[in-house]
Amino acid sequence: MIRSHTATGGDAIPSRGSLDDATLLVAETGAPPAGLPAQAHRVMDLCLPGVLSVSEVAYHLQLPGAVVKVIVSKLIDSGHLIARAPYAPLAGQHDENFLRQVLDALQKL
Amino acid sequence: MPYKSSDRYVPPGARSVKIVVLGPFAVGKTTFVGTVSEIRPMRTEEEMTQAGRLVDDLEDLRGKTTTTVAMDFGRLTLTDDIVLYLFGTPGQHRFRGMVRSLMEGALGGLVLVDTRRIADSSDAIDLLEEAGLPYTVAINHFDGAPRYAESDLRDSLSMPDHRPLVGLDARMFSSAKQGLIVLVSDILAHFRPEPAR
Ligand SMILES: Nc1nc2c(ncn2[C@@H]2O[C@H](COP(=O)(O)OP(=O)(O)O)[C@@H](O)[C@H]2O)c(=O)[nH]1
Ligand SMILES: [Mg+2]
Repeated sequence: MIRSHTATGGDAIPSRGSLDDATLLVAETGAPPAGLPAQAHRVMDLCLPGVLSVSEVAYHLQLPGAVVKVIVSKLIDSGHLIARAPYAPLAGQHDENFLRQVLDALQKL
Repeated sequence: MPYKSSDRYVPPGARSVKIVVLGPFAVGKTTFVGTVSEIRPMRTEEEMTQAGRLVDDLEDLRGKTTTTVAMDFGRLTLTDDIVLYLFGTPGQHRFRGMVRSLMEGALGGLVLVDTRRIADSSDAIDLLEEAGLPYTVAINHFDGAPRYAESDLRDSLSMPDHRPLVGLDARMFSSAKQGLIVLVSDILAHFRPEPAR
């Protein structure tokens, strides 16, 4: 199987730049997958029952990551999926409380 | 760990956090990710162009000669609100395109070191420093591998003093977990909220 990453620097596909391998995908239940192209339909079939990351979608569907990112971007644009980007302090999301929760949870494991 | 399909999804309200695990071939990345992961660790092959750039569009996938680089990823649900993803990949300079894109959006990095070939982990440290991403260096102790004083290790790795250096056994959950705890503690300790605007 082949997977790939989205590199920095956007072009062709608008929402693609924000898609991380660890971005979580949430299906919009109000947007029926009927009529979607076959691969997009497979992505929705996988995502409708629960939340998964972009990498897991690629893995479960045995599709290259680059391909999944293109399909997912279109599904976000069409309102079928909502993307939840990973928490990353460097990206300017400062939430000390969240980091403490990460640490506490690790210590309790 | 046996894989169950009921384990497939993460809690619906969860936010993800990403940590990258870097280091040369056979240093224990796959082992580390597998030890920590609650799901069967997933191994994938990334395609790179000969120029070392990541294949990132369909055009690239269609034609040109590419080389592959292995990547492992695993998952650890921490609470109903937080799920940790671990991505393990070689940190060598020739894979820098891939490593850079993987570091984007990451909380931090863990660099694994084998004391029989310390210098092989330097590229990973360089890439993390260059990206300004917080990281912790972990000596993965192999049987019969030499043991050095911390100051010597830091020298050999050209590691800044403020970055943590720990020892661990990637095969043991409690030990691997400790590496993550040191990394997150250190990030928290240096955490400076941005002034309110
Ligand atoms: N003694 C010892 N062996 C280890 C440890 N971690 C990994 N190994 C072994 O080292 C070999 C390479 O590990 P692997 O995880 O595949 O390395 P990778 O190439 O960095 O993914 C495997 O045979 C592991 O079983 C460790 O902490 N101690
Ligand atoms: Mg490996």
